[in-house]
Amino acid sequence: MKNSSYSELFAHIDWEETTRFIYNSTCSDVEQALARKGKGGLKDFACLISPIASSRYLEEMARVSNELTEQRFGRVIRLFAPLYLSNECNNVCDYCGFSFGNQIPRKTLTITETLREAGILKKRGFKHILLVTGESSRKVGVDYLLQTIDALRPYFSNISIEVQPLEKKDYSKLISHGLHAVYVYQETYEKRSYSSHHLKGRKKNFYWRLNTPDRLGKAGINKIGLGCLYGLTKDWRTDAYFSAHHLEYLEKTYWQTSYSMSFPRIRPCKGEIDPIITLNDRDLVQLVCAYRIFNHELELSISTRERPELRENLLPLGVTTMSAGSKTTPGGYGESEPELEQFEVSDVRSPEEIIKMLKKNGYDPVWKDWDSSYDLQPSIDLSYQSKKQINPQKTVLTKTL
Amino acid sequence: MNSQVDSFILAGEAFNSRIFIGTGKFSSGQIMAEAIRKSSTEMVTVAIKRADPNIHSDSILGFVDKQKVRLLPNTSGVRDSKEAIFAAQMAREALGTNWLKLEIHPDPKYLMPDPVETLIAARELARDGFIVLPYCHADPVLCKKLEAVGCAAVMPLGSPIGSNQGLKSREFLKIIIEQANIPVIIDAGIGKPSQASEAMEIGADAVLINTAIATARDPLQMASAFQMAVSSGRLAFLSGLSNESRQAKSTSPLTGFLD
Repeated sequence: MKNSSYSELFAHIDWEETTRFIYNSTCSDVEQALARKGKGGLKDFACLISPIASSRYLEEMARVSNELTEQRFGRVIRLFAPLYLSNECNNVCDYCGFSFGNQIPRKTLTITETLREAGILKKRGFKHILLVTGESSRKVGVDYLLQTIDALRPYFSNISIEVQPLEKKDYSKLISHGLHAVYVYQETYEKRSYSSHHLKGRKKNFYWRLNTPDRLGKAGINKIGLGCLYGLTKDWRTDAYFSAHHLEYLEKTYWQTSYSMSFPRIRPCKGEIDPIITLNDRDLVQLVCAYRIFNHELELSISTRERPELRENLLPLGVTTMSAGSKTTPGGYGESEPELEQFEVSDVRSPEEIIKMLKKNGYDPVWKDWDSSYDLQPSIDLSYQSKKQINPQKTVLTKTL
Repeated sequence: MNSQVDSFILAGEAFNSRIFIGTGKFSSGQIMAEAIRKSSTEMVTVAIKRADPNIHSDSILGFVDKQKVRLLPNTSGVRDSKEAIFAAQMAREALGTNWLKLEIHPDPKYLMPDPVETLIAARELARDGFIVLPYCHADPVLCKKLEAVGCAAVMPLGSPIGSNQGLKSREFLKIIIEQANIPVIIDAGIGKPSQASEAMEIGADAVLINTAIATARDPLQMASAFQMAVSSGRLAFLSGLSNESRQAKSTSPLTGFLD
């Protein structure tokens, strides 16, 4: 699969047909999926995110999800903090605070400022950090990211990024400097809806973004984070199905990479739109459980976008990773400038309070679950990569029906 | 049976307990420490990626009584021999031990051990003075090769890590045990005390348990249960188990009249 990419597979699935398939799930489909703990693959996932699974089987899904999560991960939650480097952005997206047209003060941290922020996070105990920027290849290009990673390397065990999609050669370069993981959310897999929210800039190119995980896989990255921004598209269940489909393709193609799934919901921000649909808490719980039953090893991450009591209730349902005490403005840990932020956080508790909450619930907070030295080795040999072609007809669920 | 007499020798060191404990997945450091105590283990594995030797409050190292148990760093997370060798050298420096559980799994889903890379790394590390205990498939030829390159023991799997499926590889484990000149420690997939007992009954020298204890409703009680199961399986092995037979055997021999 070295030269192929997900878009080829994607071309074979029809959005409407997939939606119908999800909605036509029966009780017996859900019961079977639960009995075999999701080992029926995408077919099981489709019925687990169906309305009937939500109305009749949510508690049972939660129990299965809890059991699978505890067996694989134990009662532990990994903690990380986002570090916003810049809010410069060349894209116009109608849901994001960093959107080009928004009249907000723009800021990109210098290395000195970044180190000051990093120092605060390190003092709070964080060993895993996620560097976040808007999408501006001029202000926060590859060289800027390289310098930042080089500067932070000695202080953190695990460095991830959530920035503009890059070329494969750039990812290879960043990996050789110690980059561990890249989070790149498709936002929505529904092309029309994607076009209606991404109005200008490189992000407008749906396929450039869609094939980013392929470029990452080919570069030999350790971990790829996927997800949709829930609230952009009416059929959120179909969007969830597509991310599961994408995940399945990636896992089979880049089998040495591990994967993460996130479930961001649209939050208020400056220049905001009202979400087209509201993903309610019940829906979010269904998503978490469905992904866990579908993929027992997947990292499931919940950010401070969510309310404290909800995050607490989600603990036993499949979540493995959490951010804590997050600031979503560049320089936000040292000083507070809410007008620069990407979105408003809901869970404003400090890391100490989060730790206390985790312990109270019988969970061990894990600050360090990686060692930086593992990421300083030369990239893995891609000759290991499977040469087998995935037959699109076989993996496209709705086509086989 | 006097347990003193039955100690097993690993890399020249005598161990009274035949159970190794993994330190991942526990809900707190205190519970882990207590489970270690209840299991009577003398050897605990610690993932290098989780260990933070610079901090006293490390969530694992801070709770392990190094007077009573030996630390066995593992290379979990590495994907090839180069990364494994680097991680091993780092662990030796940071934790002050040349004991190493070598595990290389390029596949993050089922965590299957890579036989080729494991053999390469084992050879290099053994030459470099490490006491290498490699996690590997239940492959008799691979186990002989690992022995030949200087490993102190082999740690073949019963079934995939954390799967609690027991000894799916039982027939191959028996061949490995029969052929080995070094200890055989059954590493992964043991989910119940009865399965640990089974491993000891077929002649394994020791077992490594983690998920089954750490994720039990009562990890402390489960640690005791495993301790008893391992002792009882070992005792059964030493006592010489009767052979299985599909037919009932008459206790009064049919040809007795010839005597």
